[in-house]
Amino acid sequence: MIPSTLPEFLYVLSAVLFILSLRWMSEVKTSRRGNLAGALGMLVAVIATVFAVGLQRYGLVILTVIIGGIAGALMALKMPMTAVPQRTAISHAFGALAAALVGTAEFFHNTPNIDAFTMTILGLEVILGYLTFTGSIIAFLKLQELISGRPLIYPCRRVISILVFGGALVAGIFLVINPSMIWLFVLMAVLSLVFGKILVLSIGAADMPTVIAILNSFAGLSAAGLGFVLNNKLLIVAGALDGSSGLILALLMCKAMNRSFANVLFGGFGSVAKAEGSEGVHAIQKTMKSLDVEEAAPLLAYAYSVMVVPGYGMAVAQAQHAVHDLMDVLEAKGVKIHFAIHPVAGRMPGHMNVLLAEADVPYEKLKEMDAINHEFKHTDVALVVGANDIVNPAATHNKGSPIYGMPILKVHEAKTVLVIKRSPGGVGFAGIQNELFTYPNTSMVYGDAKEVMNKLVQCVKEI
Amino acid sequence: MEMLASDLITNLLIFLLASLLGLELIRHVSKLLHTPLMSLTNAISSVALVAALIVLSYADSTFIVVLAVLAIACASTNAIGGFMITERILRMFRRDDKK
Repeated sequence: MIPSTLPEFLYVLSAVLFILSLRWMSEVKTSRRGNLAGALGMLVAVIATVFAVGLQRYGLVILTVIIGGIAGALMALKMPMTAVPQRTAISHAFGALAAALVGTAEFFHNTPNIDAFTMTILGLEVILGYLTFTGSIIAFLKLQELISGRPLIYPCRRVISILVFGGALVAGIFLVINPSMIWLFVLMAVLSLVFGKILVLSIGAADMPTVIAILNSFAGLSAAGLGFVLNNKLLIVAGALDGSSGLILALLMCKAMNRSFANVLFGGFGSVAKAEGSEGVHAIQKTMKSLDVEEAAPLLAYAYSVMVVPGYGMAVAQAQHAVHDLMDVLEAKGVKIHFAIHPVAGRMPGHMNVLLAEADVPYEKLKEMDAINHEFKHTDVALVVGANDIVNPAATHNKGSPIYGMPILKVHEAKTVLVIKRSPGGVGFAGIQNELFTYPNTSMVYGDAKEVMNKLVQCVKEI
Repeated sequence: MEMLASDLITNLLIFLLASLLGLELIRHVSKLLHTPLMSLTNAISSVALVAALIVLSYADSTFIVVLAVLAIACASTNAIGGFMITERILRMFRRDDKK
């Protein structure tokens, strides 16, 4: 016979494992141990639950877990690293849906005997769960480019958003007063689903790193909400850990773009800026100078130090491995080479590091912005690959620029700047021209990033 | 179903302490690892699986069983997929072996 306190002890063990998991995640050396601790914590939690309440309909449950596990495993193993942001978005959707469905089941099981405390938290939990579900699906569709990345702007969208969200809250308040009104619960759920959809539809693709982090936080909070409803302390701890993690990442992303939460969520950034500068574009292009690959290669080969600044354009062109090859040939010539990583380079927090790690770039060479920015003035060549807004000096001095105030990588302080770009036209995510391209120490190298990189590797080898 | 005020207070305390601890822990995570961190916390948040199993244990209608089983499907996909992809990402981070 299992003592009745055993599951409680196991829950404590599981919570400790989750906490250690995050602790060990702080540095690369211990990170895999951290992941293992997390997985172990989950296993212990499930075993404890089975001890506590038994396993009803075990055939069905085991079959479901096996099918779900296989689906999850396939996604985890087959997903290219460029698609990790999409996978993350879809997993936030699953996590939030699971929490919302359990909350819904709790409501239908207990209605109308639900006290005000429980109904308040249950209502918030269900609202958060359903809006995170549809919001994450839209984020997934935008990242996968199944729908346009541009923010959807229409008249009165803020008013409509507030009405929809307010409607869900009001339905929730009435449910707290009278938890027998099933139709109100359904209305609340539907309004939450609609709100999540319109909220994320109105946010541009450039802001998806922040949105993903916010949705991460919401998914965690809805799990914690379930913990309150079921009086299960493990759920509260795990949900709170997840919620705070998403919050910190979202704040970091906002800081890296000099934006506030409200501005990201309701600003419609990146939708109108495009129209502004079209007459100036031609003049700017005239003052840009370009180099052939053959002319650019010696600059790199004879440099003492090179700083590569990668952006998502590098990943789009699948140029990471060519960048790694260039690193190898330059190092063979004694050139010191590092990578400067902007916090919002890539499509989710930390994404650029993963893309370069996948291409076998050792992680000691990946330097974060704050640690490396003072080095540019001692750098011979800054090589910008597929990045644009994050190296635009207008952010530091042009108050009229939409990216004014955003911290940038100070590549313009390097002796020479080489920018690899597909064509002279084209603008960054923010929809604006980059004045860096007109600086006297900047030269453009036009072409597909991967082809240019491969040619550079060849040319450097021959020097 | 009734939530006791004393339970609510205890649970709020646990929630606040865990959140503060989480903020402190996450603040110290290297920026290198923010992507695997997110996939890890996401896998951890699939403890909603526990909640689904609890609800299933007293489910008294087919509707509730269906909801709980769907939740189990979502949560287990997340849990197994989440820990596996975190492992796959972390394996890619390697030191410079030329030194």
